[in-house]
Amino acid sequence: MVEAFIPKDLDECLRILSERKVRIVAGGTDMLIQNRSHTGMSIGYRNDVLYINNLNELKNIYEDDAFVYIGAALSLEKIMQSDIVPKLLKDTILEMASPAIRHTATLAGNIGNASPAGDSLVSLYLMDAELEIRSINNTRRVFLKDFIKGVRKIALESDELITKVIIPKLVFEKAYFKKVGPRLSDAISKLSFAGAYQTYNNRITDIRIAFGAVNITVVRDRVLEKKLLGKKVEEIKEMMDLIISWYDPLILPIDDQRSNKVYRKEVSFNLLREFVRNLN
Amino acid sequence: MAKIKFKLNNQFVEMETDPNRRLLDVLRDDFNLTGPKEGCGEGECGACAVLMNHEIVNSCCTPLANIIEKEIITIEGFSKTKKFEVIKDAYAKTGGVQCGFCTPGMIIATESLLNKNPHPTDFEIKIGLSGNLCRCTGYNLIIEAVKEAAKAGDGLW
Repeated sequence: MVEAFIPKDLDECLRILSERKVRIVAGGTDMLIQNRSHTGMSIGYRNDVLYINNLNELKNIYEDDAFVYIGAALSLEKIMQSDIVPKLLKDTILEMASPAIRHTATLAGNIGNASPAGDSLVSLYLMDAELEIRSINNTRRVFLKDFIKGVRKIALESDELITKVIIPKLVFEKAYFKKVGPRLSDAISKLSFAGAYQTYNNRITDIRIAFGAVNITVVRDRVLEKKLLGKKVEEIKEMMDLIISWYDPLILPIDDQRSNKVYRKEVSFNLLREFVRNLN
Repeated sequence: MAKIKFKLNNQFVEMETDPNRRLLDVLRDDFNLTGPKEGCGEGECGACAVLMNHEIVNSCCTPLANIIEKEIITIEGFSKTKKFEVIKDAYAKTGGVQCGFCTPGMIIATESLLNKNPHPTDFEIKIGLSGNLCRCTGYNLIIEAVKEAAKAGDGLW
């Protein structure tokens, strides 16, 4: 039988991480399904587990001038109800999960899970989110885009824990998340899209485009976005076909039980077209 | 094994068991509370829903380690309240129950929604029930039931 560790505070949690090889469980809404066994039997974990959901030190949320800091064990619901969280993230949470999942699942859990279809990742990439990562002797900060290495692959050492999700405070004229899935809230995405922009005197000063579930992780290309800076909105609309051709080689979806690559690619382009068409 | 303390249907409970068990199995096997049901076993259908600190959660996705010091109310515990009577009557009146398998979860979802939002719009009801599947009613009658409960129970939530 695998062992379960339920630390009382963060110090104890980090000490356990430094001494034992464990899988970390927060809300459990993904971990329990990935390790599902049979009805009436214990969860089929293959390694010892460390439960962090009882740690109050990981449940705070606060801000300074530049960032919002979200504790790793704070539920999606609490994040969504917070006054200081960017609207884009709140809108994303509303679409990513049903109330029952929102009440227990965490943002750090969605990140640690590193699924290509992780809904929050799309909006978090768009906002250049960062993570605070701690071990018993060290605290470091890393960009989310550098943390996620591939399908379910993350740059986290065995003695480390995600302790905060850090989101820059940004001003956009418009920022939105769009999910394509079979059900409102409670389905894994076929694909998803997030777009945001800011203008000054009818010229683009910031523009961001991200796609989910169409590659091993979120697709966002800052070099392509930079090519659009300083241009007039009308100019960008005339570049529609060119912009689509830029993103064409980056959108590499797969066929699976939820959708197929032809549909995913075409709908991704449609969502990009809609975003460009509605710039103003 | 670990000592797990929590409150279940208004009674303090302490048990020595494996914290890697699912709350759903503990409720059904150890406490004989069979209102929460295993539908999909992966958080999609809401048949296993219970209230944790007055908010809906899926007991099939909740490890026992995560309910320490929490308050759990199942449909059995909730059925002893005035709010339940109002919701039950509303479901009966509108015909929001057919085979009944999803009904305990639907009622828990209704309670969780009305707790946060006593007068939800149609859209807010759909969001509130978005984690619960029903294969009989087509949902319209259930949405009517929630509206009826909100009206009949005005002031209760």
